[in-house]
Parts: sequence; C-alpha cells; structure tokens
Amino acid sequence: MTDATQDLPLPAERPPTPSAGIVSWLRVNLFNSIGNTLLTLVAAWFLAMTIPRLVRWAVIDAIWHADSGRACRGDGACWAFIGEKLRFILFGRFPYAEQWRPLFVVLIFIGLILASCDRRIWGRRLVLLWLVGLALVGVLMWGGILGMSYVETDLWNGLPLTLILAVVGMALAFPLAILLALGRRSQLPAVRAICVAYIELIRGVPLITVLFMASVMLPLFLPTGMTIDKLLRAQIAFILFAAAYLAEVVRGGLQAIPKGQIEAADALGLGYWQRTRLIVLPQALALVIPPLVNTFIGTFKDTSLVIVIGLFDLLGTANAALTDANWRGFFAEAYVFIAAIYFSFCFFMSRYSQMLEREFSKGRRR
Amino acid sequence: MASPSTDSIPRPARPPFWRNPAVRGVFYQLLFIAVVVAVGGFLVHNTLVNLGRQNIATGFGFLHREASFAIGESLIAYAPSDTYARAFLIGLINTLYVAVLGIVLATVLGTVIGIARLSRNWLVAKLTLVYVETFRNIPLALQLLFWWTFLREGAPSPRQAWRPLPGVFVSDRGLEFPLPQSNPAHLWIFLAFVVGLAGAVAVSGWARRRQMATGVQFPSGWVGLALIVGLPLLVFLTAGTPLAFDWPALKGFNFAGGGSVSPEFAALLFGLTIYTASFIAEIVRAGILSVSWGQSEAASALGLRPGLTMRLVVLPQALRVIIPPITSQYLNLTKNSSLAVIIGYPDLVSIANTTMNQTGQAVEGIALIMAVYLAISLTIALSMNLYNRAVALVER
Repeated sequence: MTDATQDLPLPAERPPTPSAGIVSWLRVNLFNSIGNTLLTLVAAWFLAMTIPRLVRWAVIDAIWHADSGRACRGDGACWAFIGEKLRFILFGRFPYAEQWRPLFVVLIFIGLILASCDRRIWGRRLVLLWLVGLALVGVLMWGGILGMSYVETDLWNGLPLTLILAVVGMALAFPLAILLALGRRSQLPAVRAICVAYIELIRGVPLITVLFMASVMLPLFLPTGMTIDKLLRAQIAFILFAAAYLAEVVRGGLQAIPKGQIEAADALGLGYWQRTRLIVLPQALALVIPPLVNTFIGTFKDTSLVIVIGLFDLLGTANAALTDANWRGFFAEAYVFIAAIYFSFCFFMSRYSQMLEREFSKGRRR
Repeated sequence: MASPSTDSIPRPARPPFWRNPAVRGVFYQLLFIAVVVAVGGFLVHNTLVNLGRQNIATGFGFLHREASFAIGESLIAYAPSDTYARAFLIGLINTLYVAVLGIVLATVLGTVIGIARLSRNWLVAKLTLVYVETFRNIPLALQLLFWWTFLREGAPSPRQAWRPLPGVFVSDRGLEFPLPQSNPAHLWIFLAFVVGLAGAVAVSGWARRRQMATGVQFPSGWVGLALIVGLPLLVFLTAGTPLAFDWPALKGFNFAGGGSVSPEFAALLFGLTIYTASFIAEIVRAGILSVSWGQSEAASALGLRPGLTMRLVVLPQALRVIIPPITSQYLNLTKNSSLAVIIGYPDLVSIANTTMNQTGQAVEGIALIMAVYLAISLTIALSMNLYNRAVALVER
C-alpha cells in the first residue's frame, strides 16, 4: 500500500516579501498601495517646495556678519541681527556690565530643571536644592550685597524673567492648589462651595483678564499709601491662575486613591490632616506628576502674555529689539530665534513627561 | 449570666461636645466663611476708599455714554458716537465670530492631522509629527505676533499682492477673496437644502425602524445624500445657474469688491486654528488608539466592511474618549482669542481695555469681561456635556 500523493512535491510558495534593504523599506512604508503612493507624492512635493527655500533662506543666502541693518539686506536671513541683539534679547535692560548675573540665573534654572528629572533625588533633598537655587537666583538678580550693585525689578528682562515667572509661579501655586483640591473634595459644604467657585471662576476666564486684574485692581485693593511692584503683580496673577489649574490636576490624583486607603487610615486612628499628609497626598501626588509637568509647560508658554501689562519677558525684549531704527524689519529672525528657545524648553519637558508616563504605567500594566 | 456583668462596667462618659465631628464641621465652616468675608470686605473697603480718593465714579452708568473711539472692524454698524454698551457688543460679536470659525477650522484640521499621525505612510506620519510638536511647543502669543507681522511687513503692497488662488489676494492690507453675488434664487436653493435635509433624516429613521422590524436593509445613506445635494442642485439648475461672483479688483491703492478680512483677523484666525489643531490632533490620535485592536478584529469576524467597522465600532468608542478633552480645547480656543489684544484685533478684551483706559473704571470693565467669558465657557461646557451624554456608554 503506497500512497502516491506522498511523494508528490508541494507547489512552490512565493518567497516572503523582503523586509530588509532600502527598496523594500520604501515599498512597505511609502508605496504599499495606490492611495499611499499618492499621499507620498503629495508630501514629497510639499517638502520639495518648502525645504530648499527654507535652507536657502536660513543658511545659504543668510548673512552672518554685518555692521548695520542696511548692510544686511539680502534674500536670506540676517543672523547678524541676532548677533548684534543677542544680549538684549536674552537679558534686556539689565546693566550691561553685570549681565553675567542673569546668565548665571538662567544656568541655575536649567541645572535645577535637569536635576529634578533625576528620580533618585526626588524628595526632601530636591526641595532643599530648589530652596538654595531660588535663594541664589534672588541674590543674583537683586544684588546689593557681595559687591554686586542693586538692580530694580524693572530691569529684570528677557529669559530670566520668563523663567522666574513660570518657576516661582508654579512653586508657590502648588501649596495653594493642594489646599483648593482638598477643599473641593471636603465634606464641609461651605468650604467646598467656595473652592469650587474659585477654581471654576479662574478657569472660566482668560489669563489676560487675570493679568489685567492684577495690574489694574491689585493697587486698588491695597490700603492707601501702599504700592506694589509691577513684577510682583504679574507674579501674583500667575500664582492665582496656575493654582486653579493645578488644583484640578491634584484633584484627579485624589480621586484615584481607593477608599480603602482612607478607611484604613481612619481605622488606625489618624486625624484628617495626618491621614492627608501621610496616606493620601504621597500617593495622589505621585500619580499626577506627568500632568503636573504638562501644566508647567502651559504656564511656561503663558508667561509670554505679560507683554500686555508692559513687562519685558523674552517675547517683550525681542519686540523691543525690533524697534531699533538701525535694524528694522528683521522680525522673522528675531521670532524664529526666541521660538527656538521656547521650543527647546517645552519640547524637552514634554518628552520627559511622556517618558515618566510610560515608566509609571509599567507597574500598573499586567 | 451575661447581664449582671455588663452592669458592673461603668458607661463611658459622653465625649465633650467639641469632639463631635458635626459640631466641629459647623465651627470650621463658620470660621472659614468669616475669614473669606473679612478678607473680601477689607479689599472692597480699600478699593472704595482708593476709588473715592482718585475721583473715579463707580457703577455701570458709563455704558450709556458716548464711546468716541473708532473700531477697526465690526460685523454690525458702529460709529464713534455710539455708546460704550454698543462698543462692548461689537467686541463680543467679534470674539464669538473668530472663536466659532476657529473651532470649526481647528476641528477639521486637527482631525485630519490626528488621523494622518496614525497613517502607515512613513512620510505622512513623520510630517504630521513635526507639525504637532512644532506648533504645540511655541507660545501662541509668539505665533500670533509672527503671523501678524508677517502679513503687515512681510507681505507686499496691494499692487504686488500674492495670488495663491485665482481671485484671492494676500497683501499687507489683509486677505481679499471673491464672494458670490446675492440672488433671489439663493433663498429657494437654501429652502431646497432644508427640505432635502429633513427628507434625509426622515428616510434614515424609516429605514432604521424597518431594519429593526424586518432585517431588510435600505441604502439610506445614498438616498439621503441624493436628497441633500440633489434637491438644491435641481433648483439651482432650473433657476438658470444664478451664480455670479463679485471679484476683488485693484482700484487705486487698495482693493474694491469681493470680501476681505484684515491682517489682524487673518493672523488671529490662522494662529488660533494652527495652534489648537495641534492639540486636537493628539486628542483624536489618542482616542483612536484607545479602541483596542480586538474590537476591529471582532467587527471583521462579524463580516463588517472596513467603513462600517470604523463607523459602527471604532468611532463611537473613540468619541467617548475624545469629547471631554476636546471640549476643554474649545474652551481654550475661545479664551485664547483674547490674545487679540496683542495684535490689535478689536475683540471683547481689547475694547474693554480701551474703555478702561478712557473711563478709568477698571473694576466694572474687568467684571464685564469676566462675566461674559464665564457665560461663554459655561455655554460651551454645557452643550458639549449634553453631546457627551448622548454618545456616552449606556450601562445597566
């Protein structure tokens, strides 16, 4: 008994589509269907129209050295303008000879932000580091001791101002936000109502209104004869504004704590504040670190609105640099330059928050 | 046996009344309210004293006085001799105008970009990634200033205006485009459109009821499309194709005819749309990704075609994830339209700012803006919540 079919060879199969090599990569990723091929062609046409023009403007035709705006006119970008105005755009009207001070301030902020990314030092050490850093920032900006001349806050311009508004705003808004979030989750109806009203009122109006309010109405709120610094007014506006948004982020964390945790704390005999401080907040805050970073990015971008109340942050100094009669019309260069600065900060932080989110979700997947 | 022994244990004394949580709650709340009222009263008192000292009137009486400042652009008639109240109304209309247009455009653009981010086409996916990361990470104020300065200083004079499309001119005076001339037949075309829409809704309702009852399908989508497009088209053709455009043309130093928007409006709308679309794109992408792949596979296993899978299985589930965050983006766009004050588009905040400078009545001006924005925010939040309820998961 022989089975004739057993000896017959199977028909040859087509080889699998190669997945290595440039040509096959192109075929898989760009030309795998008629629709995709069309899309690829449209995208390639778009790139061909824009990239060469951009490169010619920014690099090939660009003028890197020039003595005046007149000598700098051409088809390309005038980076000489940025070279001429670099220190003004970064530090504004801070006394020229003393501009190493705001430079150090910027470096301290960058160092603090980078250090905060290291999860090994999260905790009391990081708080201490920030306190020391902020104290140094204050000393460097104000001066008046150690042989540094006193510089009033009107001359704090440019990048240091942007960083101070964002960082100090977030740091001081945070405790307020925790109290607001706890108040919103409180059992006491009057406390809850007032906290909800505050949060929803601030979140319902644009930041510009809050800034206007701080700049116009804060002086009216104070007893006669007391004045308040313009920078401090803007800083208060940022704290009040950021606190409402942060409170909602913190509330998200509070809601994620299982009720069993609270009941267990009650069973141990902990009071409200002990329970909140030792059991609820440590867990809730750890959960919301990625959205906290996102709120910080938002606040950092929002600092550019202070130009409406006459403060010169990075955007303000760039605008002021554009009014120089000798260097007129280089707005694209100035705006692209400061856009690159804003972008590097925001992009870095948003990548970091995405990474954190992935790290945090590792333990909870499964 | 048990009862005598319990009698020998002394009953614990009632805890003192200040240990009672209810009593403490009332006390804490009274204390909190007292502090809030005291601080508020102190601020109000100071404000009244300061206002009195500076001889600034209080109250909203100024709204009936003559505004006597010009407004660059308005959708309804306005002259400097009108009242402040009317100026505020112009500002409100301008804010709503740019916000509504921005919301529509940003939703369309953001959805397209969000879907393109998930494209299997490498080039398209990377290009849209660059778009999203660039525009999300640069402050909106900077973007608005860039576009506005670009139109004011970078764009040519009307004589050398760019023509991206025939009949469309971009110059330092803004954007000019052709408008269809009005014709009595347009009203009938619009009526035909309304009738077609009503017919399509009726047909789809009937088809669904019949399918539920008998299982017989009816191509209600195609019939509805034919009704919505076909009826107006039929009227349009029978009326003798009444479509004439009013083309913009160069007259002297500026354009005449057609429609036009100012550089301020164009920059604001463009900037708001581009910026918000980059956020909406990420929301749409996350929403689609949140529907697990097994759902699509199950739909295929049931024999649904890809289009039906998208419409009946993936989208309804994705929308549930998309609606809440997109609502807050709409709110953000509306609030961000107040950045118009930076580039001089006469929105509500910018007109209130002028008013406050002229009258000195800052408290009333800010109260008005806050009230209006709160009303807008609550309206958007409410309507989106209603929509959200309609698409939300119906659980047992």
